[in-house]
Amino acid sequence: MSHLLLAEFADPDTLLTAARRARDARMAGLDAYVPFHVEGLPEALGLRPPALREAMLLSGLATAVLAFAVQWFSAVQDYPLNLGSRPLGSWQAFVIPCFEIGVLAAGFAGLAGLLRGAGLPRPHQPLFAVPGFERASQDRFFLAVDDPAVGRQRLQEALDGLAPLSLHEVG
Amino acid sequence: MTPGAEVLASVADPLLQQRFGSTWWRATGAAAALVLVMLASVAWLLLQGIGIWGVNTSVVWGFAIANYVWWIGIGNAGTLISSLLLLTRQGWRASINRFAEAMTLFAAAIAGLFPVLHLGRPWLFYWLAPYPNSMQLWPQWRSALVWDFWAILGYLMFSLMFWYIGLLPDLATLRDRARNRWAQLAYGALALGWNGSARGWLLLESVYKAMAALAVPLVFSVHSVVGMDFAASLMPGWQSTLFPPYFVVGAMFSGFAMVAVLAALLRWGLALQALITPAHFDAIAKFLLFGSIVLGLSYATEWFMAWYGGEPAERDMVRYMFGGDYGALYWLMLACNVVAPQLFWWRAARRSLVVVCVVAVLINLGMWLERILIVWNTLSHGFLPGTWRVFTPTLWDWLLLAGSLGLFALLYLLFCRLLPVVSMHEVARQRHEQAAGA
Repeated sequence: MSHLLLAEFADPDTLLTAARRARDARMAGLDAYVPFHVEGLPEALGLRPPALREAMLLSGLATAVLAFAVQWFSAVQDYPLNLGSRPLGSWQAFVIPCFEIGVLAAGFAGLAGLLRGAGLPRPHQPLFAVPGFERASQDRFFLAVDDPAVGRQRLQEALDGLAPLSLHEVG
Repeated sequence: MTPGAEVLASVADPLLQQRFGSTWWRATGAAAALVLVMLASVAWLLLQGIGIWGVNTSVVWGFAIANYVWWIGIGNAGTLISSLLLLTRQGWRASINRFAEAMTLFAAAIAGLFPVLHLGRPWLFYWLAPYPNSMQLWPQWRSALVWDFWAILGYLMFSLMFWYIGLLPDLATLRDRARNRWAQLAYGALALGWNGSARGWLLLESVYKAMAALAVPLVFSVHSVVGMDFAASLMPGWQSTLFPPYFVVGAMFSGFAMVAVLAALLRWGLALQALITPAHFDAIAKFLLFGSIVLGLSYATEWFMAWYGGEPAERDMVRYMFGGDYGALYWLMLACNVVAPQLFWWRAARRSLVVVCVVAVLINLGMWLERILIVWNTLSHGFLPGTWRVFTPTLWDWLLLAGSLGLFALLYLLFCRLLPVVSMHEVARQRHEQAAGA
């Protein structure tokens, strides 16, 4: 982040327009910092949807299979216990813990993916030193451009008429 | 003032700036005193064993397991309400999901204590987990107790993650809004450095919705497992395929009732009239009405199947429920769970906070009686008349129940003092989308 430009707006709709203009002007490294999820913003910035759900599904299924294998191995192979001649491999009873553990594993995978994808935990970031940035989590909407080819001048031209409240350079 | 700023002013600022009044301190003091009672009763239990309770050779489950089922029922509702309403795009959910999920976490954690304390040697509960041990033993996978272990553990941890992911942006808001150094550090550490990037929001949205979709079947499975603890036995009144869905509906019912009571308390205590409106109580009351009808139908199905099945022990069980040792409690339970909520056919009753709260408290009482009676009736009146015995709770039974209520209250009071009870980012988003749509 040697050359991050931040433009501040008062409402999400202006930010959306600004993001679309920046993308039309072929600027790279676009992101935004906003207090709530703005519908349409990822598309306007050209962000690709993450493949997190696939990872959650896979880890859930893999863990469920592992849980089944552990139960089957312990109940049938390692520690067979004859209780009223009931079958040792009672899969009907085994699937219940498999489901619970599988869902839990999918949740863990989701949390891990979220933290990894968002670069957390990272309690302090250079961004936090930008004056007024604390309002990005409250009521202000920031457009970020991380493109060495784009200077303050070019961004200002692209945002002409949108009247950003401030324009900051980070780094 | 923009809608977002209004939400911040009413939710975040009281946490960060105001002192909480004497009412909060008095309530916290009372709850802490009850927690001491709970600690004392648990200590006495560990020293003396479960003989200090009213359990006997017939009613072996007594209070502990009934209280477990009651608490886990309340604990089921928060995540269910939150995820179901998210998936069905009910915007009004944004005002209630956070505190409903907190209710879930605390209630499920408390619920988990009861079966552990009931084990007799609670300090050995970890034997339920498969781990390499010097005895070379494995858990008994065909036991309902092992299902319970995984269901509660999985549900509690999953709910915690779901709640925390939803809370993360609000923690960042508190970090950025706090003026006090300690508050900045504490909220900053909990927020993990969330900066609100569009990329982060996209990930959060994706995970949160996927977790909501997983939470719905998880909740159903957890309370079904609790129902199967009973249904997998051979006892009259328990051995029924009705039990899993009947328990799930009961859980939703008692949980929504608890949410109504907590919503009214929070609205009054934290002055959230602008966020928690009569429309919310109206919607909750409709759920309660629906729940009471389904429960009434379940009770009727129980009676019908006992008669239609023709098994003498089952038929005798229904007669015992209405006219046996606990008959008066059964009638009271029906009045609380089936009759009282019928008030909600009237719109005026649904929109009156007093009526909703009184009925919600009655429902919680009714659901507690239902759990108690499921355990007592069947165990007191099994197949063998020689084993028929009545359960009488002892002082220690009551103290542990009162203590668990105190622990819940204490955790909840700390939650409303330290964390935002309403999801600020979701309300701000909902208001923005409403304004855009209007």
